[in-house]
Amino acid sequence: MTAPTAALALASSSQRRKKKGGLGSRVLRVAVTWVVSLVVGVAIWWLLSMWLGANVMPSPWATVQALGDLIHRGTLFTSIGASLQRILSGWAIGLVVGTPIGILMGRVRIIRNFLDPYVEILRFIPAIALVTVMVVWFGIGETSKIALIVYTSIFVVVISTTDATMRISNDKVLAARSLGANGVQVLWTVVLPSAVPGIVTGARLAMANSFLTIVSAEMVAARSGLGTLIWTSYTFGRIDWIFAGIVTLGVLGFLCDRILRILAGTLLSRYGVR
Amino acid sequence: MTSAAERGRDAGRQPGITVRMNDVAIAFGDLTVLHDVDFEVKPGEFVCLLGPSGCGKSTLLSAIAGFTPISGGHVLCNDEEVAGINQHAGVVFQSTEALFDWLTAEENVAYGPRMRGKGKAESREIAADFLTKVGLAHAMRKFPRELSGGMKQRVQIARVLANEPRLVLMDEPFGALDAQTRHVLQEELVRIWQRTGCSIVFVTHDIDESVILADRIVVMTAGPAAKIKSIYSVDAPRPRSRHDVAELYDQIQHDIRVEVAKSLRNQGVDVEGEAA
Repeated sequence: MTAPTAALALASSSQRRKKKGGLGSRVLRVAVTWVVSLVVGVAIWWLLSMWLGANVMPSPWATVQALGDLIHRGTLFTSIGASLQRILSGWAIGLVVGTPIGILMGRVRIIRNFLDPYVEILRFIPAIALVTVMVVWFGIGETSKIALIVYTSIFVVVISTTDATMRISNDKVLAARSLGANGVQVLWTVVLPSAVPGIVTGARLAMANSFLTIVSAEMVAARSGLGTLIWTSYTFGRIDWIFAGIVTLGVLGFLCDRILRILAGTLLSRYGVR
Repeated sequence: MTSAAERGRDAGRQPGITVRMNDVAIAFGDLTVLHDVDFEVKPGEFVCLLGPSGCGKSTLLSAIAGFTPISGGHVLCNDEEVAGINQHAGVVFQSTEALFDWLTAEENVAYGPRMRGKGKAESREIAADFLTKVGLAHAMRKFPRELSGGMKQRVQIARVLANEPRLVLMDEPFGALDAQTRHVLQEELVRIWQRTGCSIVFVTHDIDESVILADRIVVMTAGPAAKIKSIYSVDAPRPRSRHDVAELYDQIQHDIRVEVAKSLRNQGVDVEGEAA
Protein backbone atom coordinates (compact mmCIF):
# COMPACT_ATOMS: atom_id res chain seq x y z
CA MET A 1 0.00 0.00 0.00
CA THR A 2 1.45 3.39 -0.89
CA ALA A 3 1.57 6.12 1.71
CA PRO A 4 -1.34 8.19 0.41
CA THR A 5 -3.65 5.18 0.02
CA ALA A 6 -2.69 3.94 3.48
CA ALA A 7 -3.48 7.37 4.88
CA LEU A 8 -6.77 7.35 3.02
CA ALA A 9 -7.69 3.90 4.35
CA LEU A 10 -6.78 5.02 7.85
CA ALA A 11 -8.84 8.16 7.49
CA SER A 12 -11.86 6.29 6.21
CA SER A 13 -11.66 3.65 8.96
CA SER A 14 -11.40 6.32 11.64
CA GLN A 15 -14.35 8.04 9.97
CA ARG A 16 -16.32 4.82 10.27
CA ARG A 17 -15.44 4.55 13.94
CA LYS A 18 -16.43 8.14 14.46
CA LYS A 19 -19.76 7.54 12.73
CA LYS A 20 -20.49 4.48 14.89
CA GLY A 21 -19.56 6.36 18.07
CA GLY A 22 -21.62 9.26 16.72
CA LEU A 23 -24.81 7.17 16.72
CA GLY A 24 -24.25 6.02 20.34
CA SER A 25 -23.48 9.49 21.54
CA ARG A 26 -26.48 10.87 19.64
CA VAL A 27 -28.81 8.46 21.45
CA LEU A 28 -27.14 9.39 24.74
CA ARG A 29 -27.50 13.10 23.94
CA VAL A 30 -31.22 12.66 23.22
CA ALA A 31 -31.70 10.68 26.45
CA VAL A 32 -29.84 13.27 28.51
CA THR A 33 -31.83 16.11 26.91
CA TRP A 34 -35.07 14.29 27.75
CA VAL A 35 -34.07 13.81 31.38
CA VAL A 36 -32.98 17.45 31.69
CA SER A 37 -36.22 18.60 30.05
CA LEU A 38 -38.32 16.50 32.48
CA VAL A 39 -36.36 17.72 35.49
CA VAL A 40 -36.79 21.35 34.38
CA GLY A 41 -40.52 20.78 33.75
CA VAL A 42 -41.07 19.19 37.17
CA ALA A 43 -39.08 21.98 38.83
CA ILE A 44 -41.25 24.67 37.17
CA TRP A 45 -44.36 22.72 38.17
CA TRP A 46 -43.07 22.58 41.76
CA LEU A 47 -42.35 26.31 41.85
CA LEU A 48 -45.79 27.12 40.40
CA SER A 49 -47.50 24.88 42.97
CA MET A 50 -45.63 26.64 45.79
CA TRP A 51 -46.54 30.04 44.35
CA LEU A 52 -50.22 29.27 43.58
CA GLY A 53 -50.90 26.99 46.53
CA ALA A 54 -51.81 23.30 46.71
CA ASN A 55 -55.53 24.03 46.34
CA VAL A 56 -55.01 25.43 42.85
CA MET A 57 -52.05 23.37 41.72
CA PRO A 58 -50.89 20.32 43.65
CA SER A 59 -47.14 19.70 43.71
CA PRO A 60 -45.59 16.88 41.69
CA TRP A 61 -45.11 14.91 44.89
CA ALA A 62 -48.76 15.41 45.91
CA THR A 63 -49.75 14.19 42.44
CA VAL A 64 -47.60 11.08 42.85
CA GLN A 65 -49.23 10.48 46.22
CA ALA A 66 -52.67 10.93 44.63
CA LEU A 67 -51.70 8.39 41.98
CA GLY A 68 -50.70 5.97 44.77
CA ASP A 69 -53.99 6.64 46.51
CA LEU A 70 -55.99 5.99 43.34
CA ILE A 71 -54.03 2.82 42.64
CA HIS A 72 -54.66 1.67 46.21
CA ARG A 73 -58.40 2.29 45.83
CA GLY A 74 -58.36 0.39 42.54
CA THR A 75 -59.86 3.38 40.71
CA LEU A 76 -56.89 4.22 38.51
CA PHE A 77 -56.53 0.90 36.70
CA THR A 78 -60.30 0.47 36.36
CA SER A 79 -60.47 3.92 34.78
CA ILE A 80 -57.51 3.25 32.46
CA GLY A 81 -59.05 -0.11 31.47
CA ALA A 82 -62.46 1.43 30.72
CA SER A 83 -61.02 4.31 28.67
CA LEU A 84 -58.50 2.16 26.81
CA GLN A 85 -61.15 -0.39 25.88
CA ARG A 86 -63.34 2.34 24.35
CA ILE A 87 -60.41 4.02 22.61
CA LEU A 88 -59.01 0.82 21.13
CA SER A 89 -62.36 -0.58 19.94
CA GLY A 90 -63.50 2.71 18.42
CA TRP A 91 -60.10 3.39 16.87
CA ALA A 92 -59.85 -0.13 15.41
CA ILE A 93 -63.34 0.12 13.88
CA GLY A 94 -62.46 3.57 12.48
CA LEU A 95 -59.28 2.15 10.96
CA VAL A 96 -60.93 -0.94 9.47
CA VAL A 97 -63.83 1.05 7.99
CA GLY A 98 -61.85 4.17 7.04
CA THR A 99 -59.04 2.43 5.15
CA PRO A 100 -61.14 0.82 2.38
CA ILE A 101 -63.21 3.99 2.04
CA GLY A 102 -59.99 6.00 1.65
CA ILE A 103 -58.61 3.57 -0.92
CA LEU A 104 -61.82 3.64 -2.96
CA MET A 105 -61.95 7.44 -2.76
CA GLY A 106 -58.34 7.60 -3.92
CA ARG A 107 -58.88 5.25 -6.88
CA VAL A 108 -62.46 5.91 -8.07
CA ARG A 109 -63.19 9.49 -9.02
CA ILE A 110 -66.98 9.20 -8.79
CA ILE A 111 -66.79 7.79 -5.24
CA ARG A 112 -64.36 10.55 -4.31
CA ASN A 113 -66.63 13.27 -5.70
CA PHE A 114 -69.65 11.70 -4.01
CA LEU A 115 -68.14 11.37 -0.53
CA ASP A 116 -65.90 14.43 -0.53
CA PRO A 117 -68.57 16.93 0.66
CA TYR A 118 -69.44 14.70 3.65
CA VAL A 119 -65.81 14.17 4.62
CA GLU A 120 -65.01 17.85 4.22
CA ILE A 121 -67.99 19.06 6.28
CA LEU A 122 -68.16 16.37 8.97
CA ARG A 123 -64.47 16.54 9.82
CA PHE A 124 -64.97 20.09 11.08
CA ILE A 125 -67.70 19.07 13.54
CA PRO A 126 -65.85 18.20 16.74
CA ALA A 127 -66.83 14.93 18.40
CA ILE A 128 -67.71 16.79 21.62
CA ALA A 129 -70.56 18.50 19.75
CA LEU A 130 -72.03 15.08 19.06
CA VAL A 131 -71.79 13.60 22.57
CA THR A 132 -75.40 14.36 23.43
CA VAL A 133 -76.61 13.16 20.02
CA MET A 134 -74.76 9.87 20.49
CA VAL A 135 -76.30 9.39 23.94
CA VAL A 136 -79.77 9.99 22.47
CA TRP A 137 -79.07 7.52 19.67
CA PHE A 138 -77.10 4.83 21.46
CA GLY A 139 -77.93 5.31 25.16
CA ILE A 140 -75.61 5.87 28.09
CA GLY A 141 -73.78 2.53 27.64
CA GLU A 142 -70.53 1.70 25.87
CA THR A 143 -71.93 1.99 22.34
CA SER A 144 -72.30 5.77 22.42
CA LYS A 145 -68.69 6.26 23.52
CA ILE A 146 -67.30 3.80 20.99
CA ALA A 147 -69.41 5.40 18.23
CA LEU A 148 -67.91 8.75 19.16
CA ILE A 149 -64.36 7.37 18.93
CA VAL A 150 -65.20 5.80 15.56
CA TYR A 151 -66.45 9.19 14.41
CA THR A 152 -63.34 11.00 15.57
CA SER A 153 -60.99 8.38 14.04
CA ILE A 154 -62.55 7.71 10.71
CA PHE A 155 -62.06 11.05 8.95
CA VAL A 156 -58.33 11.35 9.52
CA VAL A 157 -57.88 7.74 8.38
CA VAL A 158 -60.01 8.36 5.27
CA ILE A 159 -58.24 11.61 4.36
CA SER A 160 -54.77 10.23 4.96
CA THR A 161 -55.48 7.00 3.04
CA THR A 162 -57.10 8.85 0.12
CA ASP A 163 -54.09 11.14 -0.13
CA ALA A 164 -51.61 8.23 -0.02
CA THR A 165 -53.62 6.29 -2.61
CA MET A 166 -53.72 9.22 -5.01
CA ARG A 167 -49.95 9.59 -4.87
CA ILE A 168 -49.23 6.01 -6.02
CA SER A 169 -47.07 5.92 -9.15
CA ASN A 170 -49.26 5.08 -12.12
CA ASP A 171 -46.42 2.96 -13.55
CA LYS A 172 -46.87 0.53 -10.64
CA VAL A 173 -50.55 0.09 -11.39
CA LEU A 174 -49.96 -0.28 -15.15
CA ALA A 175 -47.13 -2.76 -14.52
CA ALA A 176 -49.41 -4.89 -12.33
CA ARG A 177 -52.21 -4.77 -14.92
CA SER A 178 -49.92 -5.83 -17.74
CA LEU A 179 -48.42 -8.59 -15.58
CA GLY A 180 -51.89 -10.09 -15.35
CA ALA A 181 -53.50 -8.59 -12.23
CA ASN A 182 -57.21 -7.78 -12.41
CA GLY A 183 -58.79 -4.69 -10.81
CA VAL A 184 -59.32 -6.28 -7.39
CA GLN A 185 -55.83 -7.79 -7.37
CA VAL A 186 -54.36 -4.37 -8.21
CA LEU A 187 -56.18 -2.87 -5.20
CA TRP A 188 -55.06 -5.66 -2.90
CA THR A 189 -51.48 -6.24 -4.10
CA VAL A 190 -50.39 -2.78 -5.26
CA VAL A 191 -52.63 0.03 -4.02
CA LEU A 192 -53.02 -1.14 -0.41
CA PRO A 193 -49.30 -1.89 0.15
CA SER A 194 -48.32 1.44 -1.47
CA ALA A 195 -50.70 3.31 0.83
CA VAL A 196 -49.48 1.66 4.07
CA PRO A 197 -47.27 4.58 5.24
CA GLY A 198 -50.19 6.99 4.74
CA ILE A 199 -52.57 4.64 6.57
CA VAL A 200 -50.16 4.40 9.51
CA THR A 201 -49.91 8.21 9.70
CA GLY A 202 -53.71 8.36 9.69
CA ALA A 203 -53.88 5.70 12.41
CA ARG A 204 -51.52 7.68 14.66
CA LEU A 205 -53.47 10.91 14.20
CA ALA A 206 -56.70 8.98 14.87
CA MET A 207 -55.24 7.62 18.12
CA ALA A 208 -54.44 11.16 19.26
CA ASN A 209 -57.98 12.29 18.33
CA SER A 210 -59.43 9.37 20.28
CA PHE A 211 -57.64 10.47 23.47
CA LEU A 212 -58.93 14.01 23.01
CA THR A 213 -62.48 12.79 22.52
CA ILE A 214 -62.77 10.08 25.16
CA VAL A 215 -62.31 12.48 28.08
CA SER A 216 -65.13 14.76 26.92
CA ALA A 217 -67.41 11.81 26.25
CA GLU A 218 -66.75 10.27 29.67
CA MET A 219 -67.19 13.58 31.45
CA VAL A 220 -70.68 13.98 30.05
CA ALA A 221 -71.97 10.45 30.13
CA ALA A 222 -70.14 7.54 31.73
CA ARG A 223 -69.72 5.73 35.02
CA SER A 224 -66.08 4.80 34.53
CA GLY A 225 -63.00 5.94 32.67
CA LEU A 226 -60.36 8.64 33.01
CA GLY A 227 -62.80 11.39 31.99
CA THR A 228 -65.21 10.25 34.71
CA LEU A 229 -62.33 10.10 37.20
CA ILE A 230 -61.35 13.70 36.44
CA TRP A 231 -64.94 14.95 36.59
CA THR A 232 -65.78 13.07 39.80
CA SER A 233 -62.56 14.36 41.41
CA TYR A 234 -63.72 17.89 40.53
CA THR A 235 -67.07 17.35 42.24
CA PHE A 236 -65.24 16.03 45.33
CA GLY A 237 -62.87 19.00 45.21
CA ARG A 238 -59.82 16.70 44.91
CA ILE A 239 -57.54 18.66 42.62
CA ASP A 240 -54.67 16.23 43.31
CA TRP A 241 -56.78 13.40 41.82
CA ILE A 242 -57.57 15.62 38.82
CA PHE A 243 -53.85 16.09 38.26
CA ALA A 244 -53.26 12.37 38.69
CA GLY A 245 -55.87 11.75 35.96
CA ILE A 246 -54.33 14.35 33.65
CA VAL A 247 -50.81 12.97 34.06
CA THR A 248 -52.12 9.43 33.45
CA LEU A 249 -53.82 10.56 30.22
CA GLY A 250 -50.64 12.14 28.92
CA VAL A 251 -48.43 9.18 29.75
CA LEU A 252 -50.98 6.70 28.40
CA GLY A 253 -51.35 8.59 25.12
CA PHE A 254 -47.58 8.83 24.75
CA LEU A 255 -47.17 5.09 25.42
CA CYS A 256 -49.95 4.12 22.99
CA ASP A 257 -48.37 6.23 20.23
CA ARG A 258 -44.88 4.83 20.93
CA ILE A 259 -46.16 1.23 20.93
CA LEU A 260 -48.05 1.89 17.69
CA ARG A 261 -44.95 3.44 16.11
CA ILE A 262 -42.65 0.62 17.19
CA LEU A 263 -45.13 -2.08 16.13
CA ALA A 264 -45.75 -0.44 12.75
CA GLY A 265 -42.05 0.23 12.21
CA THR A 266 -41.21 -3.41 12.98
CA LEU A 267 -44.08 -5.25 11.30
CA LEU A 268 -44.54 -2.92 8.32
CA SER A 269 -40.96 -1.87 7.63
CA ARG A 270 -41.02 -3.50 4.18
CA TYR A 271 -43.79 -1.07 3.24
CA GLY A 272 -41.55 1.88 4.06
CA VAL A 273 -42.97 2.60 7.54
CA ARG A 274 -40.30 3.98 9.88
CA MET B 1 -28.28 -16.96 -40.86
CA THR B 2 -31.52 -17.91 -39.16
CA SER B 3 -34.61 -15.76 -39.19
CA ALA B 4 -35.96 -14.27 -35.99
CA ALA B 5 -38.91 -16.65 -35.94
CA GLU B 6 -36.63 -19.66 -36.32
CA ARG B 7 -34.52 -18.40 -33.47
CA GLY B 8 -37.64 -18.39 -31.31
CA ARG B 9 -38.43 -21.97 -32.23
CA ASP B 10 -34.84 -23.02 -31.59
CA ALA B 11 -35.06 -21.61 -28.09
CA GLY B 12 -38.05 -23.84 -27.44
CA ARG B 13 -40.29 -20.95 -26.52
CA GLN B 14 -43.35 -19.47 -28.14
CA PRO B 15 -42.10 -17.32 -31.01
CA GLY B 16 -42.74 -13.60 -30.98
CA ILE B 17 -45.93 -12.05 -32.13
CA THR B 18 -46.84 -9.85 -35.11
CA VAL B 19 -47.84 -6.29 -34.28
CA ARG B 20 -49.58 -4.35 -37.02
CA MET B 21 -50.43 -0.65 -36.86
CA ASN B 22 -52.91 0.43 -39.49
CA ASP B 23 -53.40 4.15 -39.91
CA VAL B 24 -53.17 4.71 -36.16
CA ALA B 25 -54.00 8.12 -34.72
CA ILE B 26 -53.85 9.20 -31.09
CA ALA B 27 -55.32 12.45 -29.80
CA PHE B 28 -55.87 13.92 -26.37
CA GLY B 29 -58.89 16.18 -26.80
CA ASP B 30 -58.06 18.61 -29.59
CA LEU B 31 -54.36 17.82 -29.53
CA THR B 32 -53.29 15.27 -32.14
CA VAL B 33 -50.24 13.45 -30.85
CA LEU B 34 -49.77 10.98 -33.72
CA HIS B 35 -51.43 10.25 -37.02
CA ASP B 36 -51.04 8.06 -40.09
CA VAL B 37 -48.90 5.52 -38.26
CA ASP B 38 -48.48 2.40 -40.39
CA PHE B 39 -45.91 -0.27 -39.66
CA GLU B 40 -45.54 -3.89 -38.77
CA VAL B 41 -43.36 -5.75 -36.29
CA LYS B 42 -42.64 -9.25 -37.53
CA PRO B 43 -42.55 -12.23 -35.18
CA GLY B 44 -39.28 -12.19 -33.23
CA GLU B 45 -38.21 -8.84 -34.64
CA PHE B 46 -36.44 -6.12 -32.64
CA VAL B 47 -37.83 -2.72 -33.63
CA CYS B 48 -36.65 0.62 -32.22
CA LEU B 49 -38.92 3.65 -32.20
CA LEU B 50 -36.65 6.66 -32.50
CA GLY B 51 -37.50 10.33 -32.49
CA PRO B 52 -36.97 13.71 -30.85
CA SER B 53 -38.41 14.34 -27.37
CA GLY B 54 -42.14 14.86 -27.34
CA CYS B 55 -42.77 13.12 -30.67
CA GLY B 56 -45.18 10.65 -29.07
CA LYS B 57 -43.08 7.48 -29.30
CA SER B 58 -43.85 6.55 -25.69
CA THR B 59 -47.53 7.26 -26.33
CA LEU B 60 -47.44 4.89 -29.29
CA LEU B 61 -45.83 2.20 -27.11
CA SER B 62 -48.46 2.81 -24.48
CA ALA B 63 -51.16 2.28 -27.14
CA ILE B 64 -49.61 -1.09 -28.11
CA ALA B 65 -49.60 -2.04 -24.40
CA GLY B 66 -53.27 -1.12 -24.25
CA PHE B 67 -52.71 1.64 -21.67
CA THR B 68 -53.68 4.53 -23.99
CA PRO B 69 -56.74 4.32 -26.26
CA ILE B 70 -56.22 5.17 -29.92
CA SER B 71 -58.52 7.66 -31.62
CA GLY B 72 -58.27 6.19 -35.11
CA GLY B 73 -57.00 3.19 -37.04
CA HIS B 74 -56.16 -0.25 -35.66
CA VAL B 75 -53.50 -1.84 -33.47
CA LEU B 76 -53.45 -5.59 -34.10
CA CYS B 77 -51.50 -8.29 -32.31
CA ASN B 78 -51.56 -11.49 -34.40
CA ASP B 79 -54.61 -10.05 -36.19
CA GLU B 80 -56.43 -9.49 -32.89
CA GLU B 81 -57.44 -5.92 -32.15
CA VAL B 82 -55.83 -4.62 -28.94
CA ALA B 83 -58.68 -3.69 -26.62
CA GLY B 84 -57.84 -2.99 -23.00
CA ILE B 85 -54.59 -4.25 -21.47
CA ASN B 86 -52.61 -6.22 -24.08
CA GLN B 87 -52.14 -9.60 -22.43
CA HIS B 88 -49.53 -10.68 -25.01
CA ALA B 89 -47.22 -7.85 -24.00
CA GLY B 90 -44.84 -7.23 -21.12
CA VAL B 91 -43.79 -3.65 -20.44
CA VAL B 92 -40.43 -2.44 -19.12
CA PHE B 93 -40.86 1.13 -17.89
CA GLN B 94 -38.24 3.87 -17.96
CA SER B 95 -38.77 4.60 -14.29
CA THR B 96 -37.86 2.01 -11.68
CA GLU B 97 -40.87 3.38 -9.78
CA ALA B 98 -42.67 0.60 -11.62
CA LEU B 99 -41.08 -1.95 -9.28
CA PHE B 100 -42.97 -2.90 -6.12
CA ASP B 101 -40.82 -1.43 -3.34
CA TRP B 102 -42.28 -3.66 -0.61
CA LEU B 103 -41.39 -6.88 -2.44
CA THR B 104 -37.93 -8.43 -2.79
CA ALA B 105 -36.42 -8.86 -6.25
CA GLU B 106 -37.60 -12.48 -6.19
CA GLU B 107 -41.14 -11.54 -5.15
CA ASN B 108 -41.26 -8.82 -7.81
CA VAL B 109 -40.37 -11.32 -10.52
CA ALA B 110 -42.73 -13.97 -9.11
CA TYR B 111 -45.61 -11.46 -9.19
CA GLY B 112 -46.59 -12.07 -12.83
CA PRO B 113 -46.64 -15.89 -12.63
CA ARG B 114 -48.64 -15.60 -9.35
CA MET B 115 -51.21 -13.31 -10.98
CA ARG B 116 -51.49 -15.75 -13.86
CA GLY B 117 -52.47 -18.51 -11.50
CA LYS B 118 -49.18 -20.33 -10.92
CA GLY B 119 -48.49 -21.75 -7.43
CA LYS B 120 -46.23 -20.04 -4.92
CA ALA B 121 -43.38 -22.56 -5.17
CA GLU B 122 -43.48 -22.70 -8.97
CA SER B 123 -43.54 -18.91 -9.22
CA ARG B 124 -40.50 -18.66 -6.97
CA GLU B 125 -38.67 -21.18 -9.09
CA ILE B 126 -39.49 -19.18 -12.22
CA ALA B 127 -38.34 -15.99 -10.49
CA ALA B 128 -35.04 -17.56 -9.43
CA ASP B 129 -34.50 -18.81 -12.98
CA PHE B 130 -35.09 -15.42 -14.62
CA LEU B 131 -33.13 -13.48 -12.01
CA THR B 132 -30.22 -15.82 -12.68
CA LYS B 133 -30.60 -15.13 -16.41
CA VAL B 134 -30.19 -11.38 -15.82
CA GLY B 135 -27.23 -11.98 -13.47
CA LEU B 136 -29.02 -11.23 -10.21
CA ALA B 137 -28.95 -14.65 -8.52
CA HIS B 138 -27.09 -13.06 -5.61
CA ALA B 139 -29.67 -10.31 -5.06
CA MET B 140 -32.90 -12.29 -4.92
CA ARG B 141 -33.72 -11.40 -1.32
CA LYS B 142 -32.91 -7.71 -1.73
CA PHE B 143 -35.52 -4.98 -1.86
CA PRO B 144 -35.44 -2.48 -4.76
CA ARG B 145 -34.14 0.27 -2.45
CA GLU B 146 -31.03 -1.86 -1.85
CA LEU B 147 -30.26 -2.17 -5.58
CA SER B 148 -28.47 0.17 -8.00
CA GLY B 149 -30.30 1.71 -10.97
CA GLY B 150 -28.92 -0.90 -13.37
CA MET B 151 -29.86 -3.77 -11.07
CA LYS B 152 -33.38 -2.40 -10.69
CA GLN B 153 -33.79 -2.34 -14.47
CA ARG B 154 -32.56 -5.96 -14.63
CA VAL B 155 -35.26 -6.88 -12.10
CA GLN B 156 -37.84 -5.13 -14.31
CA ILE B 157 -36.62 -7.07 -17.34
CA ALA B 158 -36.67 -10.38 -15.42
CA ARG B 159 -40.15 -9.57 -14.10
CA VAL B 160 -41.46 -9.07 -17.62
CA LEU B 161 -39.70 -12.13 -19.06
CA ALA B 162 -40.98 -14.38 -16.24
CA ASN B 163 -44.44 -14.10 -17.83
CA GLU B 164 -42.97 -15.39 -21.12
CA PRO B 165 -44.56 -12.59 -23.15
CA ARG B 166 -44.56 -12.89 -26.91
CA LEU B 167 -44.06 -9.15 -27.18
CA VAL B 168 -41.83 -7.01 -24.97
CA LEU B 169 -42.39 -3.24 -24.95
CA MET B 170 -39.55 -1.15 -23.55
CA ASP B 171 -39.87 2.57 -22.88
CA GLU B 172 -36.35 4.06 -22.73
CA PRO B 173 -35.42 1.45 -20.12
CA PHE B 174 -31.75 2.42 -20.00
CA GLY B 175 -32.30 6.18 -20.29
CA ALA B 176 -31.43 6.96 -16.66
CA LEU B 177 -28.33 4.72 -16.46
CA ASP B 178 -24.66 5.63 -16.81
CA ALA B 179 -23.01 4.86 -20.15
CA GLN B 180 -21.11 1.81 -18.88
CA THR B 181 -24.11 0.11 -17.30
CA ARG B 182 -26.22 0.98 -20.34
CA HIS B 183 -23.73 -0.73 -22.64
CA VAL B 184 -23.64 -3.91 -20.52
CA LEU B 185 -27.44 -4.07 -20.33
CA GLN B 186 -27.80 -3.52 -24.08
CA GLU B 187 -25.58 -6.55 -24.73
CA GLU B 188 -27.47 -8.63 -22.19
CA LEU B 189 -30.79 -7.62 -23.69
CA VAL B 190 -29.70 -8.77 -27.15
CA ARG B 191 -28.56 -12.12 -25.72
CA ILE B 192 -31.84 -12.63 -23.85
CA TRP B 193 -33.90 -11.62 -26.88
CA GLN B 194 -31.98 -14.04 -29.11
CA ARG B 195 -32.67 -16.82 -26.62
CA THR B 196 -36.38 -16.16 -26.10
CA GLY B 197 -37.33 -15.19 -29.66
CA CYS B 198 -39.94 -12.65 -28.50
CA SER B 199 -40.74 -9.54 -30.53
CA ILE B 200 -39.44 -6.29 -29.03
CA VAL B 201 -40.54 -2.70 -29.53
CA PHE B 202 -37.96 -0.45 -27.90
CA VAL B 203 -38.43 3.30 -27.52
CA THR B 204 -35.31 5.46 -27.41
CA HIS B 205 -34.07 8.91 -28.35
CA ASP B 206 -30.49 7.63 -28.56
CA ILE B 207 -29.37 6.90 -32.15
CA ASP B 208 -26.42 4.85 -30.89
CA GLU B 209 -28.70 2.62 -28.90
CA SER B 210 -31.07 2.10 -31.79
CA VAL B 211 -28.38 1.04 -34.30
CA ILE B 212 -26.76 -1.30 -31.77
CA LEU B 213 -30.01 -3.05 -30.87
CA ALA B 214 -32.53 -3.01 -33.69
CA ASP B 215 -33.40 -5.12 -36.71
CA ARG B 216 -35.36 -2.13 -37.93
CA ILE B 217 -35.54 1.50 -36.82
CA VAL B 218 -38.72 3.53 -37.14
CA VAL B 219 -37.85 7.26 -37.10
CA MET B 220 -40.66 9.61 -36.10
CA THR B 221 -41.13 13.26 -37.05
CA ALA B 222 -41.21 15.96 -34.40
CA GLY B 223 -44.48 16.40 -32.49
CA PRO B 224 -47.19 17.45 -32.11
CA ALA B 225 -49.09 15.59 -34.83
CA ALA B 226 -46.08 13.34 -35.41
CA LYS B 227 -45.96 10.54 -37.93
CA ILE B 228 -43.41 8.10 -39.27
CA LYS B 229 -40.60 9.84 -41.15
CA SER B 230 -38.60 6.85 -42.29
CA ILE B 231 -37.97 3.18 -41.58
CA TYR B 232 -34.46 1.68 -41.81
CA SER B 233 -33.27 -1.93 -41.72
CA VAL B 234 -30.02 -2.57 -39.90
CA ASP B 235 -28.22 -5.33 -41.80
CA ALA B 236 -25.11 -5.86 -39.70
CA PRO B 237 -24.26 -8.84 -37.52
CA ARG B 238 -24.42 -8.46 -33.74
CA PRO B 239 -22.68 -7.48 -31.56
CA ARG B 240 -22.23 -4.22 -33.40
CA SER B 241 -21.19 -0.66 -32.75
CA ARG B 242 -22.21 2.55 -34.51
CA HIS B 243 -18.96 2.37 -36.53
CA ASP B 244 -20.17 -0.85 -38.21
CA VAL B 245 -23.15 1.05 -39.59
CA ALA B 246 -21.62 4.52 -39.95
CA GLU B 247 -23.52 5.40 -43.12
CA LEU B 248 -26.88 4.45 -41.64
CA TYR B 249 -25.99 6.28 -38.45
CA ASP B 250 -25.30 9.49 -40.38
CA GLN B 251 -28.51 9.15 -42.34
CA ILE B 252 -30.59 8.73 -39.18
CA GLN B 253 -28.73 11.57 -37.50
CA HIS B 254 -29.56 13.80 -40.44
CA ASP B 255 -33.26 12.81 -40.19
CA ILE B 256 -33.35 13.58 -36.48
CA ARG B 257 -31.53 16.91 -36.91
CA VAL B 258 -34.04 18.01 -39.50
CA GLU B 259 -36.87 17.12 -37.14
CA VAL B 260 -35.33 18.81 -34.11
CA ALA B 261 -34.72 21.96 -36.18
CA LYS B 262 -38.33 21.86 -37.34
CA SER B 263 -39.54 21.44 -33.80
CA LEU B 264 -37.41 24.38 -32.60
CA ARG B 265 -38.70 26.56 -35.45
CA ASN B 266 -42.26 25.64 -34.43
CA GLN B 267 -41.42 26.88 -30.96
CA GLY B 268 -40.18 30.17 -32.43
CA VAL B 269 -36.45 29.47 -32.09
CA ASP B 270 -34.38 30.70 -35.05
CA VAL B 271 -32.44 27.77 -36.50
CA GLU B 272 -29.92 28.02 -39.36
CA GLY B 273 -29.66 25.39 -42.09
CA GLU B 274 -30.88 21.74 -41.95
CA ALA B 275 -33.75 22.42 -44.32
CA ALA B 276 -36.01 19.44 -44.78
